[in-house]
Formats: sequence, structure tokens, C-alpha cells
Amino acid sequence: MTWNPGEDVVEVLRGPQAGGAGGAYRAFGETLRGLKTTFARIFEGPSTIQYPEEKVPVYPRFRGRHKLHRFESSDPTNPGLEKCVGCSLCAAACPADCIRVVAAENTQENRVSAGERYAAVYEINLSRCIFCGYCEVACPFDAITMGHDYELSDYTRSDLIFTKEMLLAEPLERTPLRNEGE
Amino acid sequence: MIAVVGYYEPWWIQILKGIVIFAVALQLVPVVLMAERKLMGRMQGRYGPNRVGPYGMLQPLADIFKLLTKEQFRPATSVGFLFAFAPLISILTAVAAFAIIPFGDVQDIFGTKVGLYGIDVSIGPLYLFAFGAIAFYGIMLGGWSSGSKYSFLGAMRGAAQLISYEVSQGLALLGVIFTAQTLSLTGIVHAQAGMWYVVPQFVGFLIFLVASFAETNRAPFDLTEADAELVGGYNTEYGGGRFASYYFAEYLNVLVVSGIVTTVFLGGWLLPFGIHPPGWVDPIVVLAKMSLVTFFFIWVRATLPRLRYDQLMSFGWKVLLPLATLNALVTAILVVATH
Repeated sequence: MTWNPGEDVVEVLRGPQAGGAGGAYRAFGETLRGLKTTFARIFEGPSTIQYPEEKVPVYPRFRGRHKLHRFESSDPTNPGLEKCVGCSLCAAACPADCIRVVAAENTQENRVSAGERYAAVYEINLSRCIFCGYCEVACPFDAITMGHDYELSDYTRSDLIFTKEMLLAEPLERTPLRNEGE
Repeated sequence: MIAVVGYYEPWWIQILKGIVIFAVALQLVPVVLMAERKLMGRMQGRYGPNRVGPYGMLQPLADIFKLLTKEQFRPATSVGFLFAFAPLISILTAVAAFAIIPFGDVQDIFGTKVGLYGIDVSIGPLYLFAFGAIAFYGIMLGGWSSGSKYSFLGAMRGAAQLISYEVSQGLALLGVIFTAQTLSLTGIVHAQAGMWYVVPQFVGFLIFLVASFAETNRAPFDLTEADAELVGGYNTEYGGGRFASYYFAEYLNVLVVSGIVTTVFLGGWLLPFGIHPPGWVDPIVVLAKMSLVTFFFIWVRATLPRLRYDQLMSFGWKVLLPLATLNALVTAILVVATH
């Protein structure tokens, strides 16, 4: 059975083959067309984003630096209890092995989390983290989520080990979030 | 060698003119540099330099300062004397060629008659080509004395390219010289009072423009540098102030060629439609026309990719040279027939 190209055929305009007067004419014409293109670009304006001053907004599901969460609290002096119960499931799920959790028992006097235990030490080594988001998936209480911060460079490796307090705190500078349809 | 001038010019005026021309040329180069980077940025959808100073205007200054404070380095295989001397030739010839570009007619400044040009030589284009030929030694010796294969290849390419296109460039100017019947550049400008030579000598204008791209080693004929193939061509081994000299000479050559195109084809300081502004407007007119030609140079650089080496050679010898010869021949016949 022969194949009938039908509407799949795309007509391509071809000038005379290169070489000779036809080739010279075509080269000249194409040169003028190229000049027109570059000249039109001047009025189009640059599409550069001036990075440190101007940031690309991230998508809502962008996986940036982690955040630890608390329960909401109406009292500003007394923040809500931590959601993390120190179960270490995130550490177990982490392929890069960059999370370290040391759990401790909650007591009547010192109640930190909503569960039986809480994370006494919660460290993420961001120089090892591959931002896969498995910790977020593994967490049974949605205590850890991936945030939107991506400016994570530092001068020493030890500065990149984020402690629990740093992960619980709001980021100093908010990364712009992309709006619907943007 | 000096043209017969109908006025007396004191010796100190010559020195003053030399200083003014050198200062103007020195100031124009960073402007062209900046214009090129900014314009090419716009043509490629980006800003160009915009960090140093307002609108990035101090970028050339920063570049020059950086280059001049760098260590003077040279490879162990280089020939020391020639290695240091070659950039000097380049910059010297470029500035020397700038001297003959006329920025205006003879003016009466405080009772002293001054021609607004370095010198009005009676062999204008020949002077230009002579210095063009010497400038080529700057590239050739620089590449050769570096003792590096890339530099050597770049220099060899430069040699072949410059010789090929200088012929067409000269022949393209021949038509104008036939018509104007003079070799003095001011004389050529005066001869364009009725009509600029870009109209009757349009073919010559195109050939001269294309050959000028090759002569100044600019895209699409920047085969001598060809950073994709030859690292940096003849200036691979250069750095610091010596590289700055080469760079400076390259942009000054662009200005010189713009000046020559303006003078020879675009009527120099003359304005169309019989407008005769006062004398002090002349240099502004010339500079405006020069910047238009320079803009075209930048525009083409942002548009056309580099030619292949065999394309360059076959275009120069098989297209440009016959065309230039034909143009000169037809012009000669017409000039003889009409006189």
C-alpha cells in the first residue's frame, strides 16, 4: 500500500541553489532579511531579568529550602506546638541521608509537640540535600514541607547545616510566588 | 606631499591640531566600544553592560583600567622585541590614518585660517592604503612573534585576507577618484557638492564597505581572530596593555573606515538640499555621518555569522575583485566619454 502524504506535506520555499548569480542574489537577500531581524530586536526590548534586584517568581510546587511547621496559635506570645513528633521517618526516607533527628519525650512541664515525643535535635544538611521532597511525602503530620527559598549559598559548609530553630523561623526574605496563569 | 593650500597655517596650529585629533580619537574609541556592546545587547534581547556607573557608562573605563593594571606576560617561545613592538605598530598606524579625515573646510578661527583636518595630503587614499599596509605588519608580527600556533595561524589568515581585500578596496575607490579628478580628500568632498558619490558610485560604495569589513577584521570577516577556531587568533598570547593596544587599534580602524566612507561616499561635511550651515557645524555633520556608518558596522556584526575561510577567499577574489575592476573600468569609460 502506498502512503498518501495528503495534508502532512509542508511546502518549503526554496531559492536557487547556492553558487552563481542566483546564489549571490539569495545570499544578498538573506543578508538584508537578517539585518531587518536584528534591527527589529532593538525595539522589542531586552528580555533579561536583572537577577539580584528582580527575581523569577517560583511555582507553588517549587521545591526549595525546607520549612518546619507549628500548629496555629491565636496568642502571639505563645506560639503553637510543633507538628514534628520526632518519628525520624523523614530521615529514613532521605536518599541523601542529610536529615538528623534526635527525639525526646514530652513532659508535663516541657511540652514541645502535640505527640508523645518531640524532635530535640532536627538538622538538615542543605549542602547534601538533593531537594527530592521525599521527606515531605514521608511525614505523617505534614510537619516538614518544601519551601520556596532557593538562595542558599554560604561561605562555610557548617553554615549550611540548618537547625530546628532556623527551619521553624520564617525566611528573612520571601521568594516571589508565581500567580495563577503567570 | 602636502597639498597646495591657498592659505598660511602657522606651525603651532599643526601641533595643536595633532593634539586635538589625538584627543578626539582617544575619546571616541570608548564611546564606540560602549555603543557596540549596548547595541549588540539590544539586538540580542539583553541589556549589555549596565553595572558600572550610570547605565553602565563607565564600563570601558573599568575595562581599560583592568587591562592596564595587569601583568605584562609573554610566552617563553616569543620574540621579545617584536612581541612588544607589534601592538605599537597597530595603534600608531590607526592614529596616523585618522589624521587625514577631514572634519570640515578651512575655517577662520580668531583671524587664523585653520583646516579642520590633520593634514590634507595630495595623495589621500594612497596615504590611507600605505598605513593600512603597515598596520598589517602589526597583526602579522604580533602573531608570528608570539611563538604560538594559533597566533601564527591567525596572522597567516590575516595576511591572506588583508592582501585580498585591499585590492578590491583600492579599486572601489578608483571610481571616485576618476570622477572627482583629485586625490585630496577635501577635494573629493568639494567635488560632491552637486551629488554625493554614494549615488553615482553605488557599486563602488558597496564594494568598499564590504572590503572595509575585511580590512578592519570585523564580523563577518573576523577570520584573523575567529575565537571559535583559533582561540583568539593573532592576539591569543597578548594580555594587559598590549592587548588593549590591539583592541584600541581595532576600534580606531572602524572609526577611520567610517570617516573615509563618510568623506568619500557620503559627502563629508556637506548637507543635502543645498543647506549651508555655519562652519562650526561641519565637524558635527561629519561625526553624525560617521556614527551612522559605525552603527552599520555594529549592526552587521550582530547579524552575520563568520564566513568559512574558503568562502572568504573565493568571495574576495571571484566576486569582489571582478566587480571592483568592472566598476572602475565602466567609470573610466564614462568619465572619458563625457569629457
